[in-house]
Amino acid sequence: MADFFQTSWGLWPAVAYTLAALIHCALLINVVAVGALVFIWMERKISGRIQDRLGPTRVGGKFGWLQTLADGLKLITKEDLIPAQADSFLFKIAPYIAFCASFAAYMALPFSSGWVALPINTGVFFILAVIGLEVFGVILGGYASGSKWSLFGGMREAAQVVSYEVPLGLCVVVPVLIAGTMDLVAIGDMQAGLFTNWFVLHDPFTFITFWVFFTCATASVNRAPFDLAEAESELVAGFHTEYSGLRWSIFFMAEYGSMFAVSALAAILFFGGWHGPIPVTSLLGLTDAGDPVRLGSFLTFVFGAENGAAVAGYLGRLIGMSNLIFKATLGVTVMMWVRWTLPRLRIDQVITTCLKYCTPIAAVMFVGACLWKVGGLPSLNNVLPQQQMLEVRESYMRSGVNAAAESPAGSPTASEVTAATAAK
Amino acid sequence: MNLLTQPIGVSHYLAVGAVMFVAGAVCMATKRNALGVLMGIELVLNGANVNFVAFSSNFLQSGPRPMLGLDGQLIALFVIVLAAAEAAVALAIALNFYNNHATIDVDRADELKG
Amino acid sequence: MESINWHSFFFLLFALVACAFSVAVVVTSNVVRMAFFLIVALGATAGLFFLAGADFVGAMQLMIYVGGTLVLLVFGVMLTAQGPFVSMRTRAGEWIIAAIVGSSLLGLLISTAFSVDAWRAPASAELPTADATATRLGTGLLGVRVDRIERAAAEEADPTLPKNAQGMSAYLMPFEVVSVHLLIVLIAAAYLARPKKRVGTIDS
Repeated sequence: MADFFQTSWGLWPAVAYTLAALIHCALLINVVAVGALVFIWMERKISGRIQDRLGPTRVGGKFGWLQTLADGLKLITKEDLIPAQADSFLFKIAPYIAFCASFAAYMALPFSSGWVALPINTGVFFILAVIGLEVFGVILGGYASGSKWSLFGGMREAAQVVSYEVPLGLCVVVPVLIAGTMDLVAIGDMQAGLFTNWFVLHDPFTFITFWVFFTCATASVNRAPFDLAEAESELVAGFHTEYSGLRWSIFFMAEYGSMFAVSALAAILFFGGWHGPIPVTSLLGLTDAGDPVRLGSFLTFVFGAENGAAVAGYLGRLIGMSNLIFKATLGVTVMMWVRWTLPRLRIDQVITTCLKYCTPIAAVMFVGACLWKVGGLPSLNNVLPQQQMLEVRESYMRSGVNAAAESPAGSPTASEVTAATAAK
Repeated sequence: MNLLTQPIGVSHYLAVGAVMFVAGAVCMATKRNALGVLMGIELVLNGANVNFVAFSSNFLQSGPRPMLGLDGQLIALFVIVLAAAEAAVALAIALNFYNNHATIDVDRADELKG
Repeated sequence: MESINWHSFFFLLFALVACAFSVAVVVTSNVVRMAFFLIVALGATAGLFFLAGADFVGAMQLMIYVGGTLVLLVFGVMLTAQGPFVSMRTRAGEWIIAAIVGSSLLGLLISTAFSVDAWRAPASAELPTADATATRLGTGLLGVRVDRIERAAAEEADPTLPKNAQGMSAYLMPFEVVSVHLLIVLIAAAYLARPKKRVGTIDS
């Protein structure tokens, strides 16, 4: 994008790069902020329906869809209280730490094939690592409040997050192992084609791994039934007891932001990411590979050969992005459903769930998926020959040979492939 | 020499590593809180890690490939893992000390003095 | 005006943050703030790793070090930071000695860092690209050293280079040793931190 500004608008490189970075940032902020608006409204509607009431109905017309905005305005006008006992510096900065961590995860989250702000080839681990940093906001906020309730909330959060990072990491390794890369774009593109190509259907082990992953992800973003850090029946409001106004709402933006991020991660790792259950985009010819069939041929007819392929690719990616957002929203909805139907666990039960159930199950699933892969056992992914994973992987390897800067491919370069074969 | 317009080299990384190392060493020497000493150790290990990664980087030296190829990055990974192990044990010791002596001041841990 | 080298710019940014917060760890006496400054310093170090092209090490730094070890550390700090132990001051004499010794050590190290010509900046900036370091590290652990092969090819092409491409040292054995070590540490930490039975109290 910076190159585009430089060449076609003739801007200074510094200005062009800053502008490009700002546009990326603004887009991602929109995803987080607007996402939070929508999700908070959704949460209220869903909780209302589950509890047999209506939820918000008035603000903004029919479904009360502007309720969150009204709440936001109310929160801005509230007084920003800092307790006398608080460590004011840490108290002030803690919500921003939580939000920055949650927001930084979006840097490496691809929204469609190639649509990622920062293509890094260890994307999966980067996102996990950065989401894990959100805990510092909670811990420091809990400590700095100078209140016993907050301190207890913060301590619980620390214990919980450190424990749940272990099974979460183990679960993430399973799709990484099957894909052979840690690049999220490559992992997503390997699941192109029919829904049988999704990694959740690769073998029974990956199927179970997904459920363990979702449980651990729910726990690691602090959602009920694992929301021990803010258990309102025991700890008033846990780590944010002393927070008010905008700082409090920033904690919530962070929570909803990371909920969406882990759901999107689950969608990419297990549910094909931006590829729908039926490969509509490739059937319509909306790929940028120059596949002049159906709608693609129509676009090339309208826009000319080169522009047509670009427009087709863009449209295909747009459809892919809406696919991913739909899947991630579905994940968030399930989290809400779980929150309003299951009772909260006790802290010892939370740790037991992690250490006695999730971790061993994840370890067994990891070993099982390894053996399945090594043994070359039949997989649903190979039922339909149309989009073999291997082909995609090879195409990624080939694209890695070309200038690695322009492609986000995280596959071995040519020299490595030759080196590996030479070593054999 | 304008640092903003020139590419940076291994030396710059080594300087950062040196600052972190010295800060860590001073932290270990001066802090009386056992956990402060532990933080000093973490800083020292990170200073060393910066050096390892700098020497193994392809982009900081002239010449085709760095002298210390992937070894630097691999050793840095081992350091990170061992630091986690060290922190776990040190924390357990510190908490035990706190439970038994009701203090976290390392100057008061002199029971083994002859 | 020369255009800004963005790699250097971000290096300077992260380096300044890392150094400033490392020093802040030393000069603060409040242990909770020390922990916070340490988090920022180590996070900035992860940024430096990314800038050096070691993105797997950077991600691991963020995940294990910042996300794991430091959470433990903060946990320990919160368990013990009560009353007089939040802020324990060091005596002025110790500060003076530490400052003298530290600054002389720093001077020595930095002058060493800038004394070797080979460590100076390269004339042309080849910037890190999306290079698959994770794959290289994985094969390196197993003994297939891609970097050694490339180095050998470079030495063949340019005989003036110092010979450094011998051997394919693998790290499988150290990896195993570290794994077993971690297991032992896990058991030992659990043993050390177990609840003690106090004499004279009724065990509930």
